[in-house]
Parts: sequence; structure tokens; C-alpha cells
Amino acid sequence: MRLYIARQLAQLVVVIFGISLLAFAILHVLGDPVLLLLPQNAGKAEFERYRHLLGLDRPLYVQYWKFVSGAVCGDFGKSWYADTPAFRLVLERMPPTIYLTLAGLVVALLIALPLGLLAALKRHSWIDSLCTALAVAGQATPLFWLGIMLIIVFSVRLKVLPASGYGTWKNFVMPAFCLGAALAPITMRLVRSGVIEVMNMEFIKTARAKGLAEPAVVVKHAFRNACIPVITVLGLQFGQLLGGAIITETVFAWPGVATLTVESIRNQDFPVVQCAVILLALLIVGVNLIVDLVVGIIDPRIRTGT
Amino acid sequence: MTATGARTEVELAEVGPPRGEAPRAMAATRWRLARLRWGLAAAGVLLLIVASAALAPEIAPHDPLAVNIRHRLAPPAWMEGGAARHLLGTDQIGRDLLSRVIYGGRVSLVVGVSAVLISATIGVLLGLGAGYFGGRTDWVIMTGVNVMLTFPFVLLALAVIAVLGPSLTNMVIVLGVAGWPIYARVIRAETMAIREREFVLAGRALGMSHTRIVFQQIAPNLVSVIVVIATLQVAQVIILESFLSFLGLGIQPPTPAWGNMLGEGRLYMLNSWWIATFPGLAIFLTTLVINLMGNALRDWLDPHLKL
Repeated sequence: MRLYIARQLAQLVVVIFGISLLAFAILHVLGDPVLLLLPQNAGKAEFERYRHLLGLDRPLYVQYWKFVSGAVCGDFGKSWYADTPAFRLVLERMPPTIYLTLAGLVVALLIALPLGLLAALKRHSWIDSLCTALAVAGQATPLFWLGIMLIIVFSVRLKVLPASGYGTWKNFVMPAFCLGAALAPITMRLVRSGVIEVMNMEFIKTARAKGLAEPAVVVKHAFRNACIPVITVLGLQFGQLLGGAIITETVFAWPGVATLTVESIRNQDFPVVQCAVILLALLIVGVNLIVDLVVGIIDPRIRTGT
Repeated sequence: MTATGARTEVELAEVGPPRGEAPRAMAATRWRLARLRWGLAAAGVLLLIVASAALAPEIAPHDPLAVNIRHRLAPPAWMEGGAARHLLGTDQIGRDLLSRVIYGGRVSLVVGVSAVLISATIGVLLGLGAGYFGGRTDWVIMTGVNVMLTFPFVLLALAVIAVLGPSLTNMVIVLGVAGWPIYARVIRAETMAIREREFVLAGRALGMSHTRIVFQQIAPNLVSVIVVIATLQVAQVIILESFLSFLGLGIQPPTPAWGNMLGEGRLYMLNSWWIATFPGLAIFLTTLVINLMGNALRDWLDPHLKL
């Protein structure tokens, strides 16, 4: 187990290094910050002066080092727009994003677990067909369109839910459903195939043979074992879930990191964009690590790699 | 993030019915056939969508850019106040919505297919390399895959577009370059399995070069896998493209694209629901039929493929 954790941590470091490299490269290799900062009619001397001022005339690896050593201490530079440290701006917007993500996860599980279990137990029946159809339709629905349709129906027509805003439980209903609906199809399919696979295992036969009632077989033996792949995938999908949260936020004007990122992109406020990208990536890496460890504890086969 | 996690996102293979359960086997076969039939129907619909996008100038009832302020925000023909000449109504400056939806398909399909071609090429080459050579090559490439998968695709696309500026070419490049990890991951796993097969060993014993083994002996076995992933990815890319356009970071108005039409329609959703609804329906229908076709292709080409 200790070796397993060590290996995971080593990989974590490498991934974080890669992410910082990527975030740095996007701004400094693909684009030129000075070009974005100065007005277009600025003179050549002006450009050179700014380049020197910002240290952009130094070799790339020196700049990268400066960026990383700052980032480690939580210093991503000041926002070019709001004159506050980018780190603080992003951190302030983090909680709403995390709440939304968690709410979406809960909704996804509430939809996916019962439907997936039902589809697996009534395999190849009309219920299964219906669930599969729902999943296929769900996967094809663009999240942002679903959000707008929900707003049109529930806010504009029925006037029962607020179209945007943050604070009360009513604000959570549509965004959480939207995000949950996006994650539910893949989760449902996983639950279904996981349960189907487990139901054919020898220990299920044993459980039945010893006279256990069918609900006990399903819940205690089948469902629990089917949960392992579901947990793993949900962990791996956390990045996608957060990506979904980004889309949801922009539709419902949710005051989270994503809205901030999109705003900052519009304002070309790169320190904030960089900081948001890195912090979100760190969050994902952290969740992935926890999931890996949890799964390693539940299922020793994964940890020993057999 | 672990190597074991690498294949779990994918649906676990269905386990065949236990022996002696003829009715269930029958049900399974019927199920499979139904899926194939749905796939075929979906392919038909997709063909229609592609044809209407390709022949847009011929079949669109109006010029998608023609402004007609007097008929602005006209509802669809079947609603009160709607006119037959604007079947799906008009937008905020009186452009015909049906024509714009038809033209909008061009952007989505072109972006979807070209981005997928780019990411499939990168991903397949890297996947082959990682799976065939193993060792350090594998480690480097798979670390790259992990880094890319950790990043939400949306976030990466947003950040790059922010620097490069929004345009059709930039969007194809971003979506193409960002999409390779899924190919690399699956192709790597498949290559590792094929590498151990006798015909590859035989090739090596005969003194074939690595390049020849990889491209002539291993790669042909992967075509069906690649086709299936690529098909399903086109749908993903179309959704992502429309999201970027929706945010105003993709295709710029007045060029009609489903995404930017949705974004514009959103401003008018209080009174004119149709502007945002129909482009969204178009995205939904297109991705739906592509997904159905991809699933059927998977069943047909390679039922054991875990995707």
C-alpha cells in the first residue's frame, strides 16, 4: 500500500509539472503578452521597454522558473484588470463552483443509480430499452442548450425558478439538474454493465444457493461490487464534470470560477486565466488521487496491479 | 490516473448470457439487431443532414444573411403571427431561421470532421508508438495523456482561443490538437495486445523494420477501433464547437453557426423562444444520430470493443 501511494504521488508531481508547463506555454509560446497589453499603435521602443519591464526578453526557461516559483507560493501575479492578486480573485470564486459540482454529482447519482440497476436487472426488456434511449438522448443534448430550454420553461413561462443568481436552494435546482443530466448517461451505463457483470459471478450463485432473498443478493452482493468501476470512473470523470460545471455556470450566470475565467478571457486578463486553469487542474488532480487511493483500499487487485 | 483506470471510463463488455438460457440469448440477439437497425436509420438521417448542409445554397429558402427588419422576431409558421415563408420564424434582425439552421450545419460538420482527422492522426501515431515500443516512450506519452485528460477539454480550448483569437481555423486547430488523448489511450492498449500475437513475432523474426511492423501489420487491425472512436468524437467536437461559438469565442457573427445562433437567441429567450430552440435542436439531432451510428458501428465492427 505504501508503494502504491508513493507511485501515485510521483505521478501526481509529474502531472502537475505538465499542467504548469501547458498553462505557461499557452500564454508565452502561443501568444505574446505585450501584444495583448499595449495598444496596437504603440511604438517599437515602447514594446521593447515593456518586454524588458515584464522580464519577457529573458530566456523562456528563466521566465518559466519565475512563473512556477511564484505559483508555488500562490503568487500568480496581479490581475491586469482589477488590480488585485489573481490568486485571491480565483479563490473567492471557488466555493460556488465546488458546490455546483457536488450538487451535479448528487443529481447524476440519483438519476443513474436506480435506472442503471433497473436496466441491468430487467436486461433486454422494455425498461432497459427506455433507459438506454434516455442515456443516448442525454448524451446528445448540449448542456448549454438544455440550460436555456430549462430557463425558457421554468423561469420565463412557469415563473417558478430564478433564471440566474446564487444563494437560495431555488438557484441550485436548474444548474444542478443540468449538470447532473449531463453526467447521468455515462454513469448509468456503467452501473448497468457493472451490475450485469457481477450478477454472473460465482459468488452471486453462492449467495442465491445459500437461500438469500433476491433483494439482499442484489443490494449486498451485486450492487456493492458494481460500485467499484463506478467510483473509479466518476473520479476520472471529475475533470469532465468540472468542464460541465464551466458550461453550466456560463448559462446560469453562476458566480463561480468558470464565469470569472470567461470574463477574464474576454478582458484578456491572463494572470487570472492562468491561475484559474492551474487551480482547477490541481483540484481535479487532487480528486483523482483521492479516488485512486479509495479504490485501492476497496479493491486490492487494483493496488497490486493484478 | 492509474494505468488500470485507463480503460474504465469505457463501458465494461457485456458478458454473454449463461448457457442454457435460450430465451435470454434470443433477447440479446434481438436487442443487438435493434441497435443495428437504429444505427442504419441514424445513418440515413445523418446523410440527409450532410446533404442539406452541402447543398445549402440550393435548398435554403432564403439568403441566411438577408436582413429584413420589418419581419424581425416572426414566430414559426404554425404559431399565431407566423408566416409560411419563414417556416421556423426569423431572428432579431429578420433573418430566416430555417436557412440559417441549414447553413449552420456546414460549420459544425466541417469543424467536427477536420478536428477529428487531426486528433485521430496525432492520437493514433502516439498510441501506436506508446503501445509498440513500451518503456520510456510509453511513459512519456501516457504522462502526456494524463496531463491532457486532467485538463477539462473546455478549459483548454477556452484558454488557447483566448490567446490565439477566435476564428474557424484556430478552432479546428484547438479542438484537433486537444482531442488526441482518447485515441492514444485506446490504441495503446490495443497495440500492446496485438504486439504479442504470433504474426507480429513472425514479422520480427523475418527481420521486418519497426515501421513496417507497426504500419503494415498492427495498424490495419486497428482500423475498426479508430473508425468507432472517430465517429463518436465528431459528436463531441460538434457540441464543443457550438459551445465556443455560443460564448462568442468561436465562429463570429454574421456567419451562421448553430452555436452563435444559440448565443444570440439566448438574449431574446424572454419573448422569442424559437431563436435559441431550433439551432439547439439541430445540434441535438446531429449528435444523436452520430452517436447512434457510432454505437451501431461498434456492435457491427467489433462487438468486444470496450468503449
